[in-house]
Amino acid sequence: MKAVRLERVEKTYPDGTRAVRGLDLALEAGEFVVLLGPSGCGKTTTLRMIAGLELPSAGSIHLGAQDVTELRPSQRDVGFVFQFYALYPHMTVRENLAFPLEATGVARAEIERRVAEVARHLGLEELLAQRPRQLAGGDQQRVALGRAMIRRPAVWLMDEPLGTLDADLRLAMCEFLRARQLEERVTTVYVTHDQEEALRLADRVVVMSQGVILQAAPAAEVYDRPADLFVARFVGSPGMNFLAGEARGARVQCGPHGFELGRELPAGKVTLGIRPEALALDAASPLRGRIVVDEYLGSSRCLHVDTPLGRLVARVAPDAPGTRGEEVGLKLTPGELRAFDATSGRLLA
Amino acid sequence: MSALVVRGLVKRFGARTALDGVDLALRAGEIAVVLGPTGAGKTTLLRTIAGLETPDAGSLELHGRDATHEPPAARDVALVFQNFSLYPGKSVRANLEFPLRAPGRNLPAPEIARRIRAAAEKLAITHLLERDARRLSGGEMQRVAIGRAIVRQPKLFLMDEPLTNLDAKLREALRVELAGLVRELGVPMVYVTHDQAEALSMGDSLHVLSAGRILQSGTPREVYLCPASPAVARALGAPPMNEFEARNVNGLWHAADGTELCPAAPGSPARARLGVRAEHVQPTGGPAEAVVELVEDAGHQKLLVVRFAGTRLHLAVPRASSWKPGDVCRPRLAPEHLVVW
Repeated sequence: MKAVRLERVEKTYPDGTRAVRGLDLALEAGEFVVLLGPSGCGKTTTLRMIAGLELPSAGSIHLGAQDVTELRPSQRDVGFVFQFYALYPHMTVRENLAFPLEATGVARAEIERRVAEVARHLGLEELLAQRPRQLAGGDQQRVALGRAMIRRPAVWLMDEPLGTLDADLRLAMCEFLRARQLEERVTTVYVTHDQEEALRLADRVVVMSQGVILQAAPAAEVYDRPADLFVARFVGSPGMNFLAGEARGARVQCGPHGFELGRELPAGKVTLGIRPEALALDAASPLRGRIVVDEYLGSSRCLHVDTPLGRLVARVAPDAPGTRGEEVGLKLTPGELRAFDATSGRLLA
Repeated sequence: MSALVVRGLVKRFGARTALDGVDLALRAGEIAVVLGPTGAGKTTLLRTIAGLETPDAGSLELHGRDATHEPPAARDVALVFQNFSLYPGKSVRANLEFPLRAPGRNLPAPEIARRIRAAAEKLAITHLLERDARRLSGGEMQRVAIGRAIVRQPKLFLMDEPLTNLDAKLREALRVELAGLVRELGVPMVYVTHDQAEALSMGDSLHVLSAGRILQSGTPREVYLCPASPAVARALGAPPMNEFEARNVNGLWHAADGTELCPAAPGSPARARLGVRAEHVQPTGGPAEAVVELVEDAGHQKLLVVRFAGTRLHLAVPRASSWKPGDVCRPRLAPEHLVVW
């Protein structure tokens, strides 16, 4: 039995906007699924329907064996954290954290133990006696996350819970969240527009655009074999490079340059995709271009190169040669090329 | 000549000190990026440079003249905020015209039209000029907000996290575009952010601000590779730098729990705090064993989280590597990349 199951779920707003279209999604018990996509893709609407904060226009939602499609939020065993935290203003941080446990009748000693544990992991120990309005935004957000995670509901629902946190805290919180989820094995649906966060956290990444699921697969697969051009561009920072070409057997011809694909394709127009790290500087390569942007990123650099085939971004080592204005040769790593149908955008090989 | 020199800037709000002696210098045509967490004083710094706040101490020089007590209008600087506030119900063109029609500017109409045309072309918003500002996407609004700063042809841009409210993907594209555009215009800029990639990639210089003080100024490379203090190391880089309390025993660094780390350079102190970046730790070849706790997919690479020497160590490995939780590795810290505090 699936822990969460959405079947042909639709959401159409009164103004006619179709936020979610015919969505099918099922989660195994203990699975961590991240809904990833740009604003307006329907990810938050989907999450809110699972929470019961929005009713679907059609379709059904099951939590375990129970059909919850028409149930109120309080009748569903879910814990949620939203980007805009809502804490009880009259309670201290300690009382806010303890509240979900007290409401369900957990023993006093157990409550204290769990509050202490969550406070330690989230760095809230110093703040336990304070009230929400005395806290900075990031601290409030951590309290909201702690309050959701202190309880073990059937499902955790999280909407950009790390939204406004600073970078160093984000990573620590990401790792805490993942470690705790692995430990408790609570089925989790997590919404973000940040592809890095999605890759890092998910057992399965669900990429959405315009109300539909484009791909639902483990992070490595979404990254290595994106289902279509949108996923290829959206996942990865920066996303895949694209080259327009013509398939001829196992080769793809892009202007004067031919690339070996290692697999036969039906003849026709294709778009080749290649990750920035699969492009290497190679003085001997016939594919040449001028470096127009040299971005230092600490552990790597991104060189944006204008070539006759369009602008390509290569990720190179921080101390690799190449400076702005220089002409360089680019080599595509064999085996790292993906081919997409030029019309439908779907992955071919 | 320097475009901007800030010396010993202090700003207090009641009992709270927002800026506590900030120094910052910027040459003509340069981009200075100020990185800091929420509440570090980034916005106050920009507002003080713009003349919207009066400093309690310190001085400010713009293009060689003392501007400490100049009114905002006389400074000829353009501010762009995180929350781009366009006039709703007005067209993009009207929004761009607004700063040029300010009293006292007296620009002839053809000049206004020319500037708007040029800015719109640069920002690729020509097709949006007649559109109502309410009907723009977030990315388009931010382009218009930047356009409003550009048409003024100011002597200095001050940008306060202008990309923060945009989607990650859009931010990535605009980061490259914005830095390129400002360089092309040759107008110096102070750019404030809490975003790692923006901090490392956009500026000629990087200034790490914390609690109203600049902790370090340098090129992005200098600050990334040689952070002046653990606080700087924690502020820059994702994951943040690994840190150890260490003792030097006969030329070998040992962690507090006794684990041998790596050779110490000749002349190293007896005790120190060490820093090493995730990409400067190899999973094999080190002196001590450690267990892999988590393997994180970070796109172009993987991150291993390893229980090692009493801390949780981060290592970057190629994405094709097959490490999994529970595996035993032997972290090797590259001594040449070790930072000793």
